[in-house]
Amino acid sequence: MNIKLKIWRQRNATSKGKFVEYQLNDVPAEASFLEMLDILNEQLVLKGEDPVTFDHDCREGICGACGLYINGHPHGRFKNTTTCQLHMRKFKDGDTITVEPWRSEAFPIIKDLMVDRSALDKLIQAGGYISVHTGGVPDANAIPINKHNADLAMDAASCIGCGACVAACKNGSAMLFVGAKVSQFALLPQGQVESADRVQKMVARMDALGFGSCSNTYACQAECPKGISVTNIARMNRQFLAAKIAEPIKK
Amino acid sequence: MNFLDSKIPAGPLAEKWTKYKAEQKLVNPANKRKLDIIVIGTGLAGASAAASFGELGFNVKVFCIQDSPRRAHSIAAQGGINAAKNYPNDGDSVQRLFNDTIKGGDYRAREANVYRLAEVSNSIIDQCVAQGVPFARDYSGLLANRSFGGAQVSRTFYARGQTGQQLLLGAYGALSKEIEKGTVKMYPRREMMDLVVVDGRARGVIVRNLVTGELERYSAHAVVIASGGYGRVFYLSTNAMSSNGSAIWQCYKKGACMANPCFTQIHPTCIPVHGDYQSKLTLMSESLRNDGRIWVPKDAEKARLLREGKIKATDIPEDERDYYLERRYPSFGNLVPRDVASRAAKERCDAGYGVNNTGRAVYLDFKEAIQRLGKQAVEEKYGNLFEMYERIVDENPYVTPMMIYPAVHYTMGGLWVDYELQTTVKGLFAAGEVNFSDHGANRLGASALMQGLSDGYFVLPYTMQNYLADQINEKPLDENLPQFEEAELAVRQRITRILSINGDIVTDNIHRRLGRIMWEKVGMSRTEQSLKEAIEEIKALRKEFWTRVKVPNVEGMNTELEKALRVADFLEMGELIARDALMRNESCGGHFREEYQTPDGEAQRDDEHYAFVAAYEFQGVDNEPILHKEELKFENVELKQRNYK
Repeated sequence: MNIKLKIWRQRNATSKGKFVEYQLNDVPAEASFLEMLDILNEQLVLKGEDPVTFDHDCREGICGACGLYINGHPHGRFKNTTTCQLHMRKFKDGDTITVEPWRSEAFPIIKDLMVDRSALDKLIQAGGYISVHTGGVPDANAIPINKHNADLAMDAASCIGCGACVAACKNGSAMLFVGAKVSQFALLPQGQVESADRVQKMVARMDALGFGSCSNTYACQAECPKGISVTNIARMNRQFLAAKIAEPIKK
Repeated sequence: MNFLDSKIPAGPLAEKWTKYKAEQKLVNPANKRKLDIIVIGTGLAGASAAASFGELGFNVKVFCIQDSPRRAHSIAAQGGINAAKNYPNDGDSVQRLFNDTIKGGDYRAREANVYRLAEVSNSIIDQCVAQGVPFARDYSGLLANRSFGGAQVSRTFYARGQTGQQLLLGAYGALSKEIEKGTVKMYPRREMMDLVVVDGRARGVIVRNLVTGELERYSAHAVVIASGGYGRVFYLSTNAMSSNGSAIWQCYKKGACMANPCFTQIHPTCIPVHGDYQSKLTLMSESLRNDGRIWVPKDAEKARLLREGKIKATDIPEDERDYYLERRYPSFGNLVPRDVASRAAKERCDAGYGVNNTGRAVYLDFKEAIQRLGKQAVEEKYGNLFEMYERIVDENPYVTPMMIYPAVHYTMGGLWVDYELQTTVKGLFAAGEVNFSDHGANRLGASALMQGLSDGYFVLPYTMQNYLADQINEKPLDENLPQFEEAELAVRQRITRILSINGDIVTDNIHRRLGRIMWEKVGMSRTEQSLKEAIEEIKALRKEFWTRVKVPNVEGMNTELEKALRVADFLEMGELIARDALMRNESCGGHFREEYQTPDGEAQRDDEHYAFVAAYEFQGVDNEPILHKEELKFENVELKQRNYK
């Protein structure tokens, strides 16, 4: 198939970017979206031009590295799909496809379609873990966990940290990302010990890093490639409120 | 003293690790604060090691190639992690896990290391549960298990089809905790370019900052390489795009021996190749073989019609299907080890029974499982895998059987390490897929996660102290030492040389052709002739690379340059793999030489001449490396022809 691409090109974090148009012909329908960009890049390199820079790694929808705004949607408009899992057969011959980077204050552009998402790491560092050290832990079966809760924890833990929720949100909020991590541990007995601390520290860090607040549009849930539910945000809010009242942490 | 001193502790197998820990040297807390450790890679091995070192009080510097440590390719492991918990009461034990691993590896792994792996396996599960890893559970609230290839017990713990993800996020959490505490300093988007050796000891690295393009120097008292396997030497593999062998290769060039490089694993259940532009292959978890049945048509004519799209798989009646694994291996059936399953698929396809338009695929059918368990139960177990399949192939596997074909997945070979996971360069350690030690010639399913976390959580935190105890008087090195200068200059020259070629073909083009040589001639089955041809072809391709590759010369981020640097190393590594395969005149595990097979087509080992680890010492790119041999002594298992019949 033949397609026209409108791609955001930006040399580095400080320079001004612009859309550049490319005509790409004979794209195989079985190719993935990123393989289509590989084909474009191969042509650009041979022409002596700088290829389009974008993040990608596993190309099977689990590492969370890829993330492009495709025709106005993070990872494209298809449900539960990461950019790398999007195939060209979902487009039509002659389509014009607009490709942009994640747009969010918390994710500055590095080059072209590649952004800096280290703010997500900093959120986890604030408390998105159980503080056990290696060794000296109880037997794995010492604490039975209700299967339903274990399954819900797994649903929440499926987050791949791609940042689509932030990119989709008009406020640039990271509530779904943080809510998912808080929920995973809130649902497990192992997570209880630190739960009041965890939720407060992560929320405080979220504010400090410049993420916006939540105004319940649920765009994050709609665009999440892993189908993470906004009920995780509700669970975090309940946790946060309870913690604020019962065990507020010192500023 | 032998050049390769494996430092296996004396005493009975089951007591070696206990004895080692009781007698090893330790570093006191005040001294730990004065010691720096560099860790390259943040997969299961790297992240768990770095977190554990940080907890102990060492200063840790961790480097990863991706934008975040959470993206290392361990994240893509699907099926599970083995441990000898024996929760299902089905006869498992440390001894049995050890036996299965040694046998699965076709008796080419070191007994003492494998036993230790089995021994610490249970602690890994405890650790992960304590970290909040949401393993699958049954209605009692206790942990669920499933079985994997090469075992007759159910010892595999799993988190849906995303076990690697959950274990890695557990380790990433532990790492994040240490980063917050300040014991670990994280350097993302950095790629190791060279190892710095001072007075015979690993004392630092040169890394390239992928964002700025600048070279950076870091020194430490010890260096751990945990950068994963080198399967992308085959171009198409299940590895991630940035997975590479360059950190290993730089260490090899600085004196660390490379062991059993030809032991590569071809995974039997991957989605078949579809086109030339394809960048990677996707694995379908081996756990599918618990319930899926593998078959091809009994009639080659029917196979032809299937290939031509004139009939569908569902048109083939039950009695015309050849469930060849069940037929050939009645006692293990579809759960034979990976190497056996892969070769059997290739054998059927070569014989003209392959399906898909390429003839390079076999069916993995869930019809019987859906009838037996119901669609819902199948969906609960494998739903995400089925979805992934449908997304890529555009066919519904609940209705039409899946098509699968073997693909490169894992490298058992790697840097040679002793019992302490130390390479032949002092102070240089290798963990996870980077080292060669535990899986012999074939790794069993769900054992990679076990080994990565074993090395990082429970082995290196001990053995590293034994090494560093002698380093407490060493001051942190000045990064302006001539050894750093020279290493950085060499990297700079290499980069300049690549950029100045300005030829007419892109890096991927050469990488694809290297992959084709490797797959056709150094792949699932090898012959003396194919290997000799491969060596010559790789040499020629290497020459072509250094005269014709075109890499844009741009400042800062330059992803084409990253690829070119990696492919340059793969072009040398491929030759070593072929040389090793040519040297090993036997078949074992994933290494199948057509000349050496039993009358019924199974791998024919030669224990008399080849029961050794082949460790190569670099002598220059265009010179043959020196082969060192570590004899493998089997005192606790009897060497047998593997039998899964």
